[in-house]
Amino acid sequence: MKKKEVPQDDANMMQGKFREPVYSLDETGNYTTVKSVGWDPKNAVMQQAWDHINEKVEETRLKVINGQLSPIAYYMEKNIMDVGLLSKYMGLWKWTVKKHLKPKYFNKLSEERLAQYADIFDITPGQLKDINQLKK
Amino acid sequence: MRAEKIIVKEKVFEHQQAAHCENGVVSNLLRYYNVELSEPLVFGIGSGLFFSHMPFLKVDGIPVTSFRPLPGIIFSRISKRLGITFKKKRFKNSPQKAMEALNANISEGIPTGMLVGVYHLSYFPDPYRFHFNAHNIVVFGRENGAYHISDPIMEDFTQLDYKELMRVRYAKGVFAPKGHMYWVENIPDSIDLKPAIYKGIRQTCKHMLTIPIHYFGVKGIRFMAKKVRNYPKKLGARKAALFTGQIVRALEEIGTGGAGFRFMYAAFLQEAAKITGNDKLKDLSFEMTAIGDLWREFAIITGRIVKNRNKADESYNHAADLLLTIADKEETFYKKLRESIS
Repeated sequence: MKKKEVPQDDANMMQGKFREPVYSLDETGNYTTVKSVGWDPKNAVMQQAWDHINEKVEETRLKVINGQLSPIAYYMEKNIMDVGLLSKYMGLWKWTVKKHLKPKYFNKLSEERLAQYADIFDITPGQLKDINQLKK
Repeated sequence: MRAEKIIVKEKVFEHQQAAHCENGVVSNLLRYYNVELSEPLVFGIGSGLFFSHMPFLKVDGIPVTSFRPLPGIIFSRISKRLGITFKKKRFKNSPQKAMEALNANISEGIPTGMLVGVYHLSYFPDPYRFHFNAHNIVVFGRENGAYHISDPIMEDFTQLDYKELMRVRYAKGVFAPKGHMYWVENIPDSIDLKPAIYKGIRQTCKHMLTIPIHYFGVKGIRFMAKKVRNYPKKLGARKAALFTGQIVRALEEIGTGGAGFRFMYAAFLQEAAKITGNDKLKDLSFEMTAIGDLWREFAIITGRIVKNRNKADESYNHAADLLLTIADKEETFYKKLRESIS
């Protein structure tokens, strides 16, 4: 790729926090880097990955509101985690965390346990318990 | 390229942005000790170019494709090939100790590299914040509770506070960093680059051509071509688009410098030609650029597939054919490259 062909398709993926160096050839045939804010195909596949995540978050939100799952399930998806990863952060067995995804067990959790979950999700225990917040 | 400077114990720590974190950290650390190695050189000597497509390994249900070897490998190869030794420490379950050890290093003026998870990196743009744990940064100073950070992905220096840094050093999941940190222990008086460059090239050719398992190297590209061709039939339109999109994420998303490191490798060959006086490497550099351009074409087709993700179409055949062409070209390329240094 030539230096002047390095795309600058901005889809705000980098939120202005940095530009990414792309290796390309200058006029004299020497390699150099050009900072790029994005490229269309790349933006498209990143957006696709996020759409996929957001769909799962939305599905889970509805299940929490319907009482099929506990709020932990929602915040787990929102933090792009699965049961395996969340259980590692919690220092618990997978099956224990799986149990906590059910409203029945969630309602019996101790304040300490709730606080631990809330801390991982960067929210307060109050927010974690408040299902009304998830109703739009 | 913009370079910023901060004085560490009367010595300047210079930050240079890199496309890829592992190369970038090595390059920035060595520069502090007056060893000037560009990102492409680090990458090439460390045999950073690779290919693997592993359907048995899935992240979020999507097969893993990678254009580089496992994290940490470039680092260890560079160290071996240049005779540079690094001191390494890991603190499995004691974040406080890991932070104390870091503070001790900083007060001695030792820039310290470390592994972190990117999900909680507050200075990262949100769309890039996944649970990826093999990110490398250098911490080289501390002021008013803030740690000075040189993150190779960023254009300038950045900062994290104690709690934030501890959190990213103890991210959980695959490749959990567990407080791993490393710093330069010894650099030989003179470094002979030519044998190191040739070793790096030889290994890249070997791995791309001769691993007898069809997930890796040129065979891996052909294998992936077959998979991509069958995606729409096997998976349906949406999932097929998701799987193919993932390949392009590995190809272009953060840290490859474009076209799955192929352009970075071309830059390496160009520099290697100058250092070794081997002009064949310069010609091969242009061939690699052309291969990189083909990979970009694959990304463009995929971009279109992803945008029309609800209908499967002929694009998959087109994409698969292109992958086969790339595999052929890469195979010829590595054979020539191997010969050029023998």
